[in-house]
Amino acid sequence: MDDATKVKEPTAPAVDTGEGVVVTSENGERISLLSTDYQTIDYVTGPLIFVSNAHNVSYGEMVDIELSDGSLRSGQVLEVSGDIAVIQVFEGTQGVDVKNTKVRFREEVAKIDVSIELLGRVLNGVGKPIDGGPSILPEKRLEIIGEPINPFSREQPADFIQTGISTIDGLNTLVRGQKLPIFSGSGLPANELTAQIIRQAMVKGGEKFAIVFGAMGITHREASFFQQSFERTGALERVVFFLNLADDPTTERLITPRCALTVAEYLAFVHDMQVLVVLTDMTNYCEALREISTAREEVPGRRGYPGYMYTDLATLYERAGRVEGKKGSITQLLILTMPDDDITHPIPDLTGYITEGQIVLSRHMHRRGIFPPVDVLPSLSRLMNLGIGDEKTREDHRGVADQLYAAYAQGRDLRRLVAIVGEEALSEADRRYLKFADDFEDNFVNQRDENRDIERTLGISWDLLSGLSIDELKRVKREHIAKYHPKAGEEEAGLGAEPEEPKPSAPAETADADAKIAERLKKHAEEAAAKAEAAEAEAAGDGEDQEAEASAATDAETDVDAEVAEMAADEAADEETVEAEAP
Amino acid sequence: MIEGGIIKITGPVVVADGMRGCRMYDVVRVGELGLIGEVIRVEKDEAVIQVYEDTSGLRVGEKVISTEAPLKVKLGPGLLESIYDGVQRPLPALAEQSGEFIRRGAEASGLSSTRKWLFKPTVKAGDAVVAGDVVGTTMETTNVEHRILVPPYVEGGTIKEILEGEFTVDEAICTLEDGTTLSMAQEWPVRQGRPFGKKLDPTVPFITGMRVLDTFFPIAQGGNAIIPGGFGTGKTVTEQSLAKWCDAEIIVYIGCGERGNEMTEVLAEFPHLEDPKSGVKLMERTILIANTSNMPVAAREASIYTGITLAEYYRDMGYNVAMMADSTSRWGEALREVSGRLEEMPGEEGYPAYLATRLANFYERAGRVECLGTDSRQGSVTVVGAVSPPGGDFSEPMTQNSLRISGAFWALDTSLAHRRHFPAISWTKSYSLYLDQIKDWFGDEVAADWKELRDKAMFLLQKETELQEIVQLVGPDALPESEKAILEVTRMIREDYLQQFAFHEVDAFCSPQKQYWMLKAILAFYDAIVAALSRGVGLSQVFELPLKTDVARMKEVPHDIALEDLRKLTSRITEDIAALEVL
Repeated sequence: MDDATKVKEPTAPAVDTGEGVVVTSENGERISLLSTDYQTIDYVTGPLIFVSNAHNVSYGEMVDIELSDGSLRSGQVLEVSGDIAVIQVFEGTQGVDVKNTKVRFREEVAKIDVSIELLGRVLNGVGKPIDGGPSILPEKRLEIIGEPINPFSREQPADFIQTGISTIDGLNTLVRGQKLPIFSGSGLPANELTAQIIRQAMVKGGEKFAIVFGAMGITHREASFFQQSFERTGALERVVFFLNLADDPTTERLITPRCALTVAEYLAFVHDMQVLVVLTDMTNYCEALREISTAREEVPGRRGYPGYMYTDLATLYERAGRVEGKKGSITQLLILTMPDDDITHPIPDLTGYITEGQIVLSRHMHRRGIFPPVDVLPSLSRLMNLGIGDEKTREDHRGVADQLYAAYAQGRDLRRLVAIVGEEALSEADRRYLKFADDFEDNFVNQRDENRDIERTLGISWDLLSGLSIDELKRVKREHIAKYHPKAGEEEAGLGAEPEEPKPSAPAETADADAKIAERLKKHAEEAAAKAEAAEAEAAGDGEDQEAEASAATDAETDVDAEVAEMAADEAADEETVEAEAP
Repeated sequence: MIEGGIIKITGPVVVADGMRGCRMYDVVRVGELGLIGEVIRVEKDEAVIQVYEDTSGLRVGEKVISTEAPLKVKLGPGLLESIYDGVQRPLPALAEQSGEFIRRGAEASGLSSTRKWLFKPTVKAGDAVVAGDVVGTTMETTNVEHRILVPPYVEGGTIKEILEGEFTVDEAICTLEDGTTLSMAQEWPVRQGRPFGKKLDPTVPFITGMRVLDTFFPIAQGGNAIIPGGFGTGKTVTEQSLAKWCDAEIIVYIGCGERGNEMTEVLAEFPHLEDPKSGVKLMERTILIANTSNMPVAAREASIYTGITLAEYYRDMGYNVAMMADSTSRWGEALREVSGRLEEMPGEEGYPAYLATRLANFYERAGRVECLGTDSRQGSVTVVGAVSPPGGDFSEPMTQNSLRISGAFWALDTSLAHRRHFPAISWTKSYSLYLDQIKDWFGDEVAADWKELRDKAMFLLQKETELQEIVQLVGPDALPESEKAILEVTRMIREDYLQQFAFHEVDAFCSPQKQYWMLKAILAFYDAIVAALSRGVGLSQVFELPLKTDVARMKEVPHDIALEDLRKLTSRITEDIAALEVL
């Protein structure tokens, strides 16, 4: 204790702010009277410093570090051993010396000020405002290490969150209280998709809805993309934006998601809001975890990531959920980049084991110009059934989703076959599936920045399904076919009377139907073009480059759509002639 | 009393000195909060302790008190229908004490100390009893009779007095001549297997109601099986289906390091589901142990032992008990994490070198036994452990070490899951070592040609795999009719037999008899086709018959009429195909 120096006598009056007795020192900083300054740093390595002669230090305690030039950093106790404390410094250890740097233990574990006022604000990685606005009056100060929800007190996730993205709403529905990651790859438009979801997300039923957005280790370019996108669309007012940039200290990244989740818990369970937490990019978080672990010289697990990464990720992800007796809910959407598109890499792998499903982006789709490039086959929402059906979305949702899956999977299998044996070798029915797979990607998956409500998503689904013969729609209930199938009216009589019998007039009818589908798809393409134009007009205010790029992309897209529609029409016409000639 | 002080804290591992005299695996209370911990290494005065709760805020110098006893569970009536954490604290009691989030240092007894049970003696004063004998019974739930046993640690003797009436679990109900009093509850250390008379050979199958398991890869009562699979392949759904429909009398379900929402699902669902045989609610035969992934990691390690000890206790009463552990990989990871904190020399992929020993000790606690006591009761513990291999790679240490000791391997296949083939249990990779021991049971109870039928179906499936390779290269048209027939029949086996919808009202459970007749019908189809082809009948003729839809409908035929219905279908298939004329 001999080389530890006591804080000098206070010169300003003491103020009780609920954090113990605090005084304002000469340079305006608030210092607790009870804390002790240590100048006993022994050893500095990477982001860690080792302080000796530290007494009464608790595990996980926060510390302030004052450098010789007077600047302040913060850190957290990682290990206590006898009178030696290992501290990880959030802002990095550059400039830390063993002679003059002072360490002050705050006698509390990491906490954050929370308030409803946080909505609409931009904060740094540890929860301090950086948008130039007024400082935040805290309603409460909460520990950022949340306590686990008692499984007995949990309530099952239920109810639908509409993201306006067909592949998510229609096939991999996000449910309140769920945690769903988006597995992206470098260069894939995960940020654009994220921004679109944040813009469009809503709950049906009109409860209070908020988004907590935690950005970890993203670049300045990405940050300004998000910021502009939120400001332009007015989404910012319902967003709490935590921003930890790529050049911010690594260790701060470990705090950011916990701050975000603590705010989310406060909004959800105190203010009864439906909160969607979006965390991007979890890969950066895990890298930070590995960096700290290596600096601590821990035994590495797979690919150098620490063995406790599963547990660590779980303490974040498991904070999603609903609690019995509370109106609010926390839903998580986690964005992560699969290194080298490898889904078996520890980060996506461990995430997939904890989360309730996954949305996978595909480079192949992206290259074909499809946005969002979601590959629906490996994507999955485990809780989908809890959020869909009558009164939540629509009664036919489950059946339609299953049918789309089955038909698309078959179409994709056939593509592989076609590559070997050629399209001529396929049967009539197989060709139909092949075409279905193309139409599905071009019209259902591909939606650009259109905001589709669930009715529209299901509408498009039925239009696509009407390209297959009704007998093949085994996964949809017959009454739903009668109610929603675009050409059900014409066939209702036949449908009711002999459901199992193949109709003799089927070929002609399907050809007829094909023409109709082509017509509908054409209409879709036109609508999409109109929408794109509108969006373009909206985006006109932005930088020229961006605009040019966007319009080029939409143009190309519209062309493709129109082409597909045309092709479909031609094909249908051809078939008709064949049919006519045959007899 | 042994009382020491903390000298080092690192994550869940704490070192205390002044602990001379404490024993390995003794339970200690750590710090002011009294966190529960276990001694895992002793070094002179120092003890290394793994703490079952979060250690944030602990300080060096806080006291550590040894309870001088190993981790124990309290066994007695009231276990069924409970949900416990990893160290047998009832979660509802914790929720009552501290709300919806789990606070640290909470204490709650495993069994209610106030609830009264109606005790009926089955022996009288003057009778001689030995350890393991039943002294009386009480109805624990509607259908489960809880047999009160003389604990294994009581030598036995002549009964001096035995009472009848309503008692709590702690009140004395029986006194022996030597003064020993017995109550309805007893304690047992979790890391030690409960003693039994002798182990018996597993000859009776463990009926799961899942066709792919019962027919192709059956296990025996008292056997063990592992279910490895990447995420999204349906481990949890399979484990839950087993817990719902298997023919065990008592189920112990351990959610080990998995999702909180999954435990909620079990809690929400089981009280409403009925046992197909007895009509009693499934919850009444179930004990749940929940250590979700965000709950403390050390308690995860204990949860597996807690679970198997409860299972053994019911086995000792003469019941057939099934224990589901989802997932054992999380347990292995907990071992790895603690081992890393102890700075032990790591084995493969950072797992401790003693992983195999621990796994073997655990799986070997399964078995069919003759219980202690004079009446030679028989009971069994069947263990089904899910394994979550990172990246779905079965060569990792947890899968490989589990494989070496488990009797059956039910491999979940990612590609099947992506094709939405559920249960996604691969018929090419899975195996069962119990087949020879239990085939006689099936021969006697189901049908004499059961084994023959199974082998034939298996042969066809193997053949299909070979043919598929050819099809991939040259297309299906290049195959001769006889081989096309195999592909059609195996498609039936896959779609109409192996696929089973876990949530369908009829199909969720399929009795062995119905399984037999379903398979019989499909193979009759095959035999008939082979015969027809040899007569010169075309394959397309066979498939024009409306039989295929009947085969597809087999799953949904209700159990009460299934056998009759399927018998008729089988003969109809044979006759109709035989009646086809050569064109």
